[in-house]
Amino acid sequence: MTTHLLTWLTFLPLLGALLVLITPSQQVKAQRAIGLIASLVTAVLALRVWTLFDGSTASIQLRAQGAEPWFTLPSFVGQGVPIYFRLGVDGISLLMVTFTGILMPIVMLSTWGHVTARVKEFLVWMLVMETGMLGVFLAFDLVLFYVFWEVSLIPLYFLVGIWGGTNRLYATVKFFLYTLAGSLIMLVGVIALIWRLNTSDVVQLANQAMHLDSATQLWLFASFALAFAIKVPLFPFHTWLADAHTEAPTSGSVVLAGVLLKMGTYGLLRFGIGMFPHAALDAAPVFMALGAIGILYGALLAMAQNDLKRLVACSSVSHMGYVVLGLFALNAQGLGGGMLQMLNHGVSTGLLFLLVGMIYERRHTRQLDQFGGLASVMPWFAACLVLTVLSSAGLPGLNGFAGEYPILLGAFQANRWWGVLALTGVVFGAVYLLGSTRRVLFGAVTHSENRHLPDMSLRELTTVLPLVVLVFWIGLNPDRFLGPTQPSLELIMQRVERARASAAAAALPSPHAQTLGALTQELAR
Amino acid sequence: MDVRELLWWIVLLPLAGSLVCAFLHALSLRGQLQNAPASHAGAHDDHGQHHDHSQNRGLAGLAPWVACGAMAAAFALSVLGFLQLRDLEQAERALHSPTWRWLTLGDLRVDFGLLLDPLSSTMTLVITGVGFLIHVYSAGYMHADRGYAKFFAYLNLFVAAMLMLVLSTSLIGLFVGWEGVGLCSYLLIGFWYAKGWPAQAAQKAFITNRVGDAFFLAGSFLLFDAFGSLDLSVIAGGAALQAQDSLAAGGSGASSQLALAALCLFLGCCGKSAQLPLFTWLPDAMAGPTPVSALIHAATMVTSGLYLVTRLNPLFAASPWVMTTMACVGALTALIGASSALVQRDIKRVLAYSTVSQLGYMFLALGAGSFGSAIFHVVTHAFFKALLFLGAGSVIHGMHEEQDLYKMGGLRRAMPRTYVTFLAGAAALSGLPLLSGFFSKDEILARTFAVGGWYWLLWVIGIGAAAMTAFYSWRMVALTFFGTPRYDSQHVHAHESGALMTTPLMVLAFLSIVGGLLGLPEVFHVPHVLEGWLGEILRPGKQILAAQHGGDLPHLSHAGEWSLLLLSSAVALVFAHLGFHAFKSGPAAEEQARRRAPQLHTFLGNAWGIDAGYGRWIVGPIRLVAFVISVVIDAFAIDGLVNGSAALVREIARNSRRLATGRLASYALWIVAGATAISFVWMIA
Repeated sequence: MTTHLLTWLTFLPLLGALLVLITPSQQVKAQRAIGLIASLVTAVLALRVWTLFDGSTASIQLRAQGAEPWFTLPSFVGQGVPIYFRLGVDGISLLMVTFTGILMPIVMLSTWGHVTARVKEFLVWMLVMETGMLGVFLAFDLVLFYVFWEVSLIPLYFLVGIWGGTNRLYATVKFFLYTLAGSLIMLVGVIALIWRLNTSDVVQLANQAMHLDSATQLWLFASFALAFAIKVPLFPFHTWLADAHTEAPTSGSVVLAGVLLKMGTYGLLRFGIGMFPHAALDAAPVFMALGAIGILYGALLAMAQNDLKRLVACSSVSHMGYVVLGLFALNAQGLGGGMLQMLNHGVSTGLLFLLVGMIYERRHTRQLDQFGGLASVMPWFAACLVLTVLSSAGLPGLNGFAGEYPILLGAFQANRWWGVLALTGVVFGAVYLLGSTRRVLFGAVTHSENRHLPDMSLRELTTVLPLVVLVFWIGLNPDRFLGPTQPSLELIMQRVERARASAAAAALPSPHAQTLGALTQELAR
Repeated sequence: MDVRELLWWIVLLPLAGSLVCAFLHALSLRGQLQNAPASHAGAHDDHGQHHDHSQNRGLAGLAPWVACGAMAAAFALSVLGFLQLRDLEQAERALHSPTWRWLTLGDLRVDFGLLLDPLSSTMTLVITGVGFLIHVYSAGYMHADRGYAKFFAYLNLFVAAMLMLVLSTSLIGLFVGWEGVGLCSYLLIGFWYAKGWPAQAAQKAFITNRVGDAFFLAGSFLLFDAFGSLDLSVIAGGAALQAQDSLAAGGSGASSQLALAALCLFLGCCGKSAQLPLFTWLPDAMAGPTPVSALIHAATMVTSGLYLVTRLNPLFAASPWVMTTMACVGALTALIGASSALVQRDIKRVLAYSTVSQLGYMFLALGAGSFGSAIFHVVTHAFFKALLFLGAGSVIHGMHEEQDLYKMGGLRRAMPRTYVTFLAGAAALSGLPLLSGFFSKDEILARTFAVGGWYWLLWVIGIGAAAMTAFYSWRMVALTFFGTPRYDSQHVHAHESGALMTTPLMVLAFLSIVGGLLGLPEVFHVPHVLEGWLGEILRPGKQILAAQHGGDLPHLSHAGEWSLLLLSSAVALVFAHLGFHAFKSGPAAEEQARRRAPQLHTFLGNAWGIDAGYGRWIVGPIRLVAFVISVVIDAFAIDGLVNGSAALVREIARNSRRLATGRLASYALWIVAGATAISFVWMIA
């Protein structure tokens, strides 16, 4: 079983999609059940990966590789490069793989409330998307990664385009073209890199690419980083996100915030920093600056919103800014915090979108001024929302803080001023989160429509419960989640340190610089 | 029994109590929603309307038993810890709990552990002791509220967080408590959220505290940078060592980085302990139920800042300019608070400004290098201010939610127990001789005086604020309990509160009277109990201060100390007398004063206009910036570029479409043109 575990994990949702597809169209309940079961089994497999994972090593685990090449990538320069079907998991992907597995049943369950038209298609696209996302995190072949990367994009196109809000076509076309533009540039980088190094194995690529000269590294890095920055989205490439979120159905938003955005930061970590440490060092000031600006900018943007979902989308820009800031601090605290914050944002923002979806389903509006006083009417909902907001605002003891603190500490050590700018996010985050919470929950019930809103149903409570558990668990014991990622992050840190040492040596004007560089490289090793 | 194993239980018991109460609340929720349809829920939550929900409460009625039980147990454990600590040698008075690794990232290793030493033991005793009394009181005060169980869940959670704050060994553990108490403060200020303005006050409190907390975090980063650890003992020890080295080499103490860290932490304290410039949330926090004001906004949470500075006293002592800043901020806050309290009509707002002012005294003490006096005042203030708040609560309760002093009067006959205990509290607050507040405040003023130099000016401010304190305390007593009733006695039947509420008042009154015994002045020729008890913890800071002053701490002669004692007694007595006599027959004198100087009256009533200034100069502009960013920069500029580039591509495509004419001849022409161009490029290259 373990030899094919990852293959099963990746394609089980696809199998589920096929099953849903052959179910008669009228049997909506059966379709929903199949969708839920498929995602639940996938979740079990993902948890199996979590338990089997050996957290003491940086090496790729649970590898699955096809015996024959998948196809051969033709090349102008030499012979064609054989592309294999390679899957694996390491400390960098572990958290996201497991979380994707856990999140999808929740999403499936949440669709029961808001997807009533063309249910079958919806479920199929959702499951196809899960395969795409898991593939992105599990692929250890660059071409395979790219294929999954694009596969995960297409379902969202339909999910938003068909089941979205009134302005859905604009939003769909916008995010599709925007991310596709980035992806195509990445494709150029992918092919150039494979031709240059004659392999598509991610492990080999990472080992060799770090030795490329810094100009080549920078070009390749840039071609990858742009696609990732758009996906994150990093300020100023963020404008597609608010539109996409506003128009997307609840479940689409949850997946988008919970997993899809992380593909960007995951890519930045594995293919940006991990493969091109020289270039990452050169680009770090830019990324730290954009991350820190994004934190403040997203928060200010959120303060001015009246649409709850748009507000949460803007808060995503802010929170993903933390992740980028931490990753490009390029120290142990920043990387670790960034890694944890990827998970945290998925948990907290996923929860926020679920909760916003619940009141949207009841009132068919998300305008802040349409609410007020809901705490008296829906006490369970109020408790969940306040908890989520606090987790998102980084209250110590809950998950957000466990990520934010090391990120800010790491950023502060790397560059004091961007660290200080990012710290303002701690204040402004509280401003928009608590402000909107107050307008929704507190005060008197001013709109008569709100007087009889039913509180959360058992199904809705079930959807939020696993995430609420994670909020506390991560907050109280982050070491459990970060521990297994440490060897992989240390490996990346070593590469960065080596690049830093050689850059320092190269900067020396003396004729002995080269020998010194080699020496420091040896020392760093 | 080894207390080390039990230390965690001091924190966990209230936490468990909180969880149980929350569970009870959840159970009672089902009953409530069934009994009272949701349509009424909003209106009924208003505390102003007396709907007695105690009848159909069911299991929620167990909540006070659970909560008070948890508090009693935590207090018992604290006493046990104290006794064990007392039996140890002075240098060995430290009990460490088992620790638990929270986070490891590179050099960053954060352990959660608890430490009981004389300082944390003192705080723990106050928190659990006074906390227990306030819990008992709340059982009576909140009796008719439909959120009965929820209230105790929050209250117990608060105590757990507060204990975490004072017991934690690391800055992160402390911060967990620090923001945890902030959260509970938020939840409890906004307890009657359906009324609207309490929710706003709660939000204001949280965000103002967040501003301080951002500085706290910055301070912790600087400290981690300097010492590679966030352990409080490592930081305190490291700062002391560095200061000694620097002083031996003729420097002033701390490096500029450490001084900056100290300043950042102090700004964090300004949030939590309501000091200038971040004090404005505290008066608004009175929107919460009165026991909350007593526990959180007088006795415990707002003293966290004092605790933090005392815990890290070598760090602060080594940075003279931070000490001076602290003293100035403290003195100024004492003055602003006391002067604003002079004219407040709401009894709780008088007490709130009074708290701001008293906290100012404590920071003045810290800034004067007298860390022990600050903690002394923390303790006595916890007694008498909790008493005053609870007394005010009893009055408010007996007056059917009336908080306006102008609408009270003559209550001493209707509420004799509240009256007598309130007198004790007011006497202690105003520093009447031999009461607890007298000794602790006098000690602060004497130590400030002893420093000399610019500190004399601060001492003058302190004495001035003390005069105002005596005045507003007795104004409050006179307006509440003396004169003729100014309320509508047809409808309001002022009555004494039940035993659940008056018993805690009596205990606190006793403590307010005798609390001064903890720290009698030197001229009485008896040992200063608290100073001796805290000795080991305060020693490093004192040594640094002594070295800065050339080997000796600033000291007053006995004659000097006697004259200061007499002077402050005289000031307290005179101004107490003035305050009482001006108002014993009603607020007429104030009306006159207001007519004579209306601007001054408004100025003081609005706490020097600082809050309004923030609204105009900070909050407003930030909102404007957010709006501009959202509408102009984001939607117009950035998104315009994105959509513009898409439009550009579309235009190019539309134009180049004309090239695809379908005529062979034109394609041939383009092929030739292209080939020519390429061959040119080749030739050149």
